[in-house]
Amino acid sequence: MSESSTTSDPLRGGDASVTPAVVREQLLRDYPAKTKKKREKQIVINDKQRDEDGSLQLPVVAANTRTVPGIITQRGCCYAGCKGVILGPTRDIVNIVHGPIGCSFYSWLTRRNQTHTPTDEHDNFMTYCFSTDMIEENIIFGGEKRLRQAIQEAYDLFHPKAIAVFSTCPVGLIGDDVHQVSAEMKKQLGINVFAFSCEGYKGVSQSAGHHIANNQIFKHVIGEDDTTRSQWSINLLGEYNIGGDAFVIEDLLERCGIELVSTFSGNSTYDQFANAHMARLNAVMCHRSINYVADMIEKKYGTPWIKVNFIGANATAKSLRKIAEYFDDRRLTENVERVIGEEFPAVVQAQRKYRPRCSGKRAVLFVGGSRAHHYQELFRELGMETIAAGYEFAHRDDYEGRRVLPSIKIDADSRNIEELRVDADQEKFRESDRQKGIAREKQGYTLREYDGMMAEMKDQTLIIDDISHSEAERLIRMVRPDVFCAGIKEKYSVQKMGVPCKQLHSYDYGGPYAGFAGAINFYEEIDRMVNARIWSRVQPPWENGSPAAESKSPLPASMAESEENTN
Amino acid sequence: MTLLRHTRGGEITERQALTINPAKTCQPVGAMYAALGIHRCLPHSHGSQGCCSYHRSTLSRHYKEPVMAATSSFTEGSSVFGGQANLLQAINNIFTVYQPDVIAVHTTCLSETIGDDIPQIAEKAAEKDLIPAGKSVIHASTPSYVGAAPTGFANMTAGMVKYFSESTSPNKIGGRVNVIPGWVEPADMREIKRIVAAMGLESIVFPDTSDVLDCPQTGVHEMFPKGGVTVDRLRAAGDSAVTIALGPVCSEPAAIELTNQCGVPHATLPLPIGLEATDRFILELRKYNGGVVPREITDERGRLIDLITDMHQYFYNKTAALWGDPDQLVSLSEMLLTVDILPKYVVTGTPGKKFLRRMGDVLQDRKSEVQVRQGAGADLFLLHQWIKNEKVDLLIGNTYGKYIRRDEGIPLVRHGFPILDRVGHQFFPTVGYRGAIRLLEQVLEALMQRQDDECSEERFELTM
Repeated sequence: MSESSTTSDPLRGGDASVTPAVVREQLLRDYPAKTKKKREKQIVINDKQRDEDGSLQLPVVAANTRTVPGIITQRGCCYAGCKGVILGPTRDIVNIVHGPIGCSFYSWLTRRNQTHTPTDEHDNFMTYCFSTDMIEENIIFGGEKRLRQAIQEAYDLFHPKAIAVFSTCPVGLIGDDVHQVSAEMKKQLGINVFAFSCEGYKGVSQSAGHHIANNQIFKHVIGEDDTTRSQWSINLLGEYNIGGDAFVIEDLLERCGIELVSTFSGNSTYDQFANAHMARLNAVMCHRSINYVADMIEKKYGTPWIKVNFIGANATAKSLRKIAEYFDDRRLTENVERVIGEEFPAVVQAQRKYRPRCSGKRAVLFVGGSRAHHYQELFRELGMETIAAGYEFAHRDDYEGRRVLPSIKIDADSRNIEELRVDADQEKFRESDRQKGIAREKQGYTLREYDGMMAEMKDQTLIIDDISHSEAERLIRMVRPDVFCAGIKEKYSVQKMGVPCKQLHSYDYGGPYAGFAGAINFYEEIDRMVNARIWSRVQPPWENGSPAAESKSPLPASMAESEENTN
Repeated sequence: MTLLRHTRGGEITERQALTINPAKTCQPVGAMYAALGIHRCLPHSHGSQGCCSYHRSTLSRHYKEPVMAATSSFTEGSSVFGGQANLLQAINNIFTVYQPDVIAVHTTCLSETIGDDIPQIAEKAAEKDLIPAGKSVIHASTPSYVGAAPTGFANMTAGMVKYFSESTSPNKIGGRVNVIPGWVEPADMREIKRIVAAMGLESIVFPDTSDVLDCPQTGVHEMFPKGGVTVDRLRAAGDSAVTIALGPVCSEPAAIELTNQCGVPHATLPLPIGLEATDRFILELRKYNGGVVPREITDERGRLIDLITDMHQYFYNKTAALWGDPDQLVSLSEMLLTVDILPKYVVTGTPGKKFLRRMGDVLQDRKSEVQVRQGAGADLFLLHQWIKNEKVDLLIGNTYGKYIRRDEGIPLVRHGFPILDRVGHQFFPTVGYRGAIRLLEQVLEALMQRQDDECSEERFELTM
């Protein structure tokens, strides 16, 4: 049986002919047969059914599969996920891109990861772009010599703690051994040097790069520094400090008395990664990009992990409480409740102001690997409904929940990405933490659980994975959402259609949107976007259908009056 | 706190292998930009998804406009077996779903290293009936490890000639000139068309991104906006009297192609940025219109001269640091020298034989006061090191200069690609006399604002 009674709710307010099935059919209509067959599995109606035992049954989304060439995708590449997303936000590693100039150039400061260094004496290489700038000769004769030299020059100029090397497409083809060169230079320079085989063609999207980045950071950095951390210490995994989100969360945690050992990787440093295994709990924000690290740390060091979400005021409160609940200490619980109590009045006040202006409006979100889910929280708090959503590079578990993990098939594209074999570390494994996790679970606490996007979305909404431009355009024409959330490539085509587009990669150079303060920022931002006067002024007053065309006098009322008076 | 805190002056050691803060990017983005200047064309990146994504993102950020382009979405399999299957499927999807008139394929470092043969794949697509009647697939070879963005632009522009231009008669059409505007803004292309029309000539300008990347907000997204040079006009370029190539790096290869393929003679001029370069452009056009220069143009020149004479004291003896693409840098340097600003430091990452010689021609007797660097190691890190050792009064270049601006307190005039943090470049031309007025007005604003900000209170001037 269907979960809710909203089945017949049209996607388009008031127009009963625009049903999810009709929209889906239109999105698929003009594709060549082979393309259609593929896209059919990635455009699904969120038909939520309950089993006899009450468990939720969701349709399958063929996520994390190849993009059909030529459809105009949102997706980027493996390199972008590895260098741009995961390693980009760490300020004190010199990241050298081994390849022709473009890959390094395009990932130079473009993701808006903010970082805060206490003084000028602290390293910050994020404003720099390093490349071996390979030319034809290096492609023909190999680029290892050039890479070695580049590492040496970077060391001589900057004396960093660590140097990371990123392979681009041609490097994989010509067979430069970036790992061997890095190992040699590590020995020679006496600093950590490690490499990522993150050639752009690996996997099917940025997601492959996240996995590769996680593997190498786990292998080469985590576990290097055994400094003990407090009983309420956590790592925040999968928070990249776009627009200062991490700063907001850092502040909240500090005020609660929760020690943040490391963030992967917003506002992070090498030393934090090295010490990350000493935290007592891992809190995973972006499940897609980083759940690998959480799993590997748990296996090797015993640290349990939980899923959190600091996007949305309610979600933030819930996440803070969840952390406190894990540590199960009255003082911590009191701290958390005090902080929530301090923050919430402003949130409620803002909701009172913005809800009436936004309530009933409709949003669609096509972005990332967790944002399209997390941001639905904020829209809900504004009284707005999400009628369609999808990820750019997520996997089935991010849609349908982790319980589908065992049924995900390994295909040719995922097989190419190394799956690290991780065993418990004989010396560093903390059995006490493992036992604590087990004990908490026995008391009904849920660890390593993520139900995915679809369980939280309404029945009969549309789920579109790796949306193409033509699908986005048709969707907008049919359902006319009030706001469309995506990225820079979609931003201006959506807005040309008269619909405001909120970038949820770069936040349109605004933010922060995390935590309580961030939620308030977001409410204000969405109010600005959906109620901006300019959208009602697009049609010239002399064209049919615009209100001004119907009016007799072009003058404003006050002037028209004075004209009458003088007559 | 400083943004580029690790950049220091003092003795500068030459780097052999490491580029830091490049003054260039790779070829394909130039090819994509050029292809957008064909009417009803969808650029296509034959490589991994990231290339296309990065180029679209950068162009979108620069223009605040939709940038439509497709990709072959290579996987590891295509990297081993070649990208033919991907490109065939892409061609089928694109013509079926998006229905452009032209698909302009450019290659990447990946597909070039593999050795994919695009014309052969396009032939295969035709055999398989994937290219509808009257539609075309063209291509340019743009490996990222050769040249830089401007050469990618040049290669795609030459590709337009190769694929489309035809000579239908040995008698060329007098009064019709082809103008290849080089990598300039949509507003510049519009201005070039206006100037040629004001000179009483018919023009075929290609590529032409005006009305493609500066479209009005109408509530409707046009997948293929009204602008861009049509295939018919590209065809007809083979019958024009002459081709004027503006900028040797970006435009000359296509002009040479037209000469060889269709017998259209060509003249290569510097980009018409600044007084002298615009003079040369007008003098060249004057050869084909019977020798007249309309009053309108002469007046525009006069207004420019008037601005320079009126405000010369604020330009005089100032120094500037410039970075960007060779065609721009040569003309900008000349413009600065005309107003007595010394282009003290000039760097470009784009390789090419003639740049240093052309800079020498422009600098003449002031060569010894100027540092010019090109190719490997010519990057913003080096430029900043020079500035640390001896300051300049003005920075002219793309948005990445804002980090130097903030650290050193030197005003920045944004020019070139990409400009990610301001608008204006897409609307207001910098070519021609009117463009020079706009550019010099920006230079003055930067220099005079700085004087207002930094002078002592007693020297604060009401009238300047």
